[in-house]
Amino acid sequence: MTRTIEFRDALNEAMSEEMRRDKRVFLLGEEVAEYDGAYKVSRGMLKEFGPDRIVDTPISESGFSGMAIGAAMLGLRPIVEFMSWSFSLVAADPILNNAPKMLYMSGGQFGCPIVIRGNDGAGGQLGSTHSWCVEGLYSNVPGLKMAIPAFPADAKGLLKTAIRDDDPVFFLESERLLAYKDEVPEEEYLIPFGRALVRREGTDCTLVSFGRPVHFCLEAAEELAKEGISCEVIDGRTIRPLDLDTIVESVRKTNYCVVVDQSWSFGSPGSEIAAQVHAACFDDLDNAVGRVHSADVPTPYATELEHEYLPNARRICEAVRATTYNA
Amino acid sequence: MSVVQTSIGTDHLDFSQPEKGASLASGLPVSVTLQWLRDMMLIREFEVRTMQAYQDRKIGGFCHVYIGQEAVAVGTIAALRKEDPVVTAYRDHGHALARGMDPKYCMAEMYGRVGGCAKGKGGSMHMFDRINHLYGGHGIVGAQTPLGAGLAFGTKYYDTVINGGRSERVTLCFLGDGALNQGAFHEALNLSGLLDLPVIYIVENNGYSMGTSINRGTTMAHAICEKARGYGIRSCEIDGMDVCNVYDAMKPLVDEVRETSTPAFVDMRTYRFKGHSMSDPRKYRPREEEEVYETGDPIGKLRDQLLGRGAIDDDALKAMAKEIRGEVRDSMKWAEASPAPDPAVDLYHDVFVEPMGPYTGTSYPQMIQECEGTQGQDG
Ligand SMILES: Cc1ncc(C[n+]2csc(CCOP(=O)(O)OP(=O)(O)O)c2C)c(N)n1
Ligand SMILES: [Mg+2]
Repeated sequence: MTRTIEFRDALNEAMSEEMRRDKRVFLLGEEVAEYDGAYKVSRGMLKEFGPDRIVDTPISESGFSGMAIGAAMLGLRPIVEFMSWSFSLVAADPILNNAPKMLYMSGGQFGCPIVIRGNDGAGGQLGSTHSWCVEGLYSNVPGLKMAIPAFPADAKGLLKTAIRDDDPVFFLESERLLAYKDEVPEEEYLIPFGRALVRREGTDCTLVSFGRPVHFCLEAAEELAKEGISCEVIDGRTIRPLDLDTIVESVRKTNYCVVVDQSWSFGSPGSEIAAQVHAACFDDLDNAVGRVHSADVPTPYATELEHEYLPNARRICEAVRATTYNA
Repeated sequence: MSVVQTSIGTDHLDFSQPEKGASLASGLPVSVTLQWLRDMMLIREFEVRTMQAYQDRKIGGFCHVYIGQEAVAVGTIAALRKEDPVVTAYRDHGHALARGMDPKYCMAEMYGRVGGCAKGKGGSMHMFDRINHLYGGHGIVGAQTPLGAGLAFGTKYYDTVINGGRSERVTLCFLGDGALNQGAFHEALNLSGLLDLPVIYIVENNGYSMGTSINRGTTMAHAICEKARGYGIRSCEIDGMDVCNVYDAMKPLVDEVRETSTPAFVDMRTYRFKGHSMSDPRKYRPREEEEVYETGDPIGKLRDQLLGRGAIDDDALKAMAKEIRGEVRDSMKWAEASPAPDPAVDLYHDVFVEPMGPYTGTSYPQMIQECEGTQGQDG
């Protein structure tokens, strides 16, 4: 059985269910409690769980994320909400130097079972400071897991897995998707990390993406189908761990691959996936892996510029045509 | 002694209250103060040998010794219960030993051996001890201050929300005077005040952050408690060169923080006798200043007091020193004998709890395994 709910409510359900089953789980961040969440992800949770477990913090990303990490070292399971991952830059030290490295640095004595979540990426005309795609920055760091759902059902299942995970999870949401409605199962379920999903089957070219650009890929695939190019769209769902097997299986079938990644191209998940596909599918590929990224400039404000900056359907179509010698 | 005046105007150490120092810790049997003497002597000997081992290239990386500051770790930690969390910066060997870590694990960590408290993955600046509730050793100046807030948040949450009782534990979060100027410190103080966290921030105010005297590094250097007051946090200054004085001042403070479950701040006046790290010719401070402070050596002071009272005699003292020398020598031998980590086994271990891809999961270090039955629980 399923019902149709918003992405934000899928997130809310995941947190609430986990908080009901495990008292060690609590939520903290700016405006999560009395304001019901800056983006209403946590609406109603203060009422159910009270201020001890839904904790409003001042605007101190470094302070409260470090505080959550200290609590996690003690064995609690904090969920830290960043209003936007863009604001995580002022918390770079705790989230990069402490959370993902504590287990290693302590020789296995202190883990850090924390979930850090919030909005990631551009699309809302917020300009450069507020539009960071942190998967480009943070996927470089060993010791953390990174989930980036594109659909409400995945958002719920992946977030529940993240909360139960013993390792730190960076959970990347998109403000542009929070109101997106889709079917979500009634019954409880979890989605394991490291399992990509084939969102659309196809025979001519593999499109690999994660997060919001998966929707752009589906749009592009629809468009390309009219031209007789059949795309297989793979939704990676987690970047770390990365499910290379599903990608490789598809590329062996289509012999072409285009990676679509909303971060900047230089040293990105997209470049990493392209490198891994080249290595794993060297003999299967009939062309080099194509790549579509955000333009290599600061995120602009004006709609026309921002739209062109993002890996939109048009740019994806162009990349697929070029890669499959259909240009 | 009087207020210390030096050419650079470092008046942060005030020995003007000799009466305080003259009394041994109140309400405690002399055997306890004798133990503190031994603890401080152990740290001193350990650090002297650490410096030698560093010269001999047995120890690598950055290494900061605690010589001169021993009374701080020993006197403050003496005021704690075993289950109270402690977190500190990179000048951490003294805290590890005072918290009860066997010196051999601490030494082996610096030697980069698998027997080290963190299996040789952390080094001098990153000492951790789950059994003794030491949550690091942190190399980034100020980084441990939000962690300290979080440990206090965590103990309070466990004690009240999960176990339904009252908040029982107090976290000690040590920092250097240099960390006063980090944003993380101010955020941590604000959060601690706001959320009523049972944590005590202890500034080990040794007057310098590397070569920057506190007067050149922070405003209100003569009265840093004002910073805590700005966050509504109770504070006090303590002469950190006298272990009995440290304990006497800390005990009621720890009790009060435990009782009220609210934070506190301590300006702990101390001095590091050696350089900042192993490569510091100390050109930024006059030798005369060092000599003045050395007359206030916390070990010499307690030793003389105990000798004066007849609590210990020269022979017993010599025997104690000999025993300590042996213990530290043994720790070095043990470290030497502990194998180097095997990259094939250890490099990809302890990265994730969950085994996946090249990562082989995690396990406790030898130190924890050897203290069977006391593995330390979460919460
Ligand atoms: C964020 C950061 N900046 C700079 C350094 C380099 N550094 C290490 S120790 C130190 C001085 C800190 O002095 P203080 O906090 O007074 O501690 P003390 O060495 O006196 O114990 C500096 C600048 C660092 N480790 N972290
Ligand atoms: Mg200092």
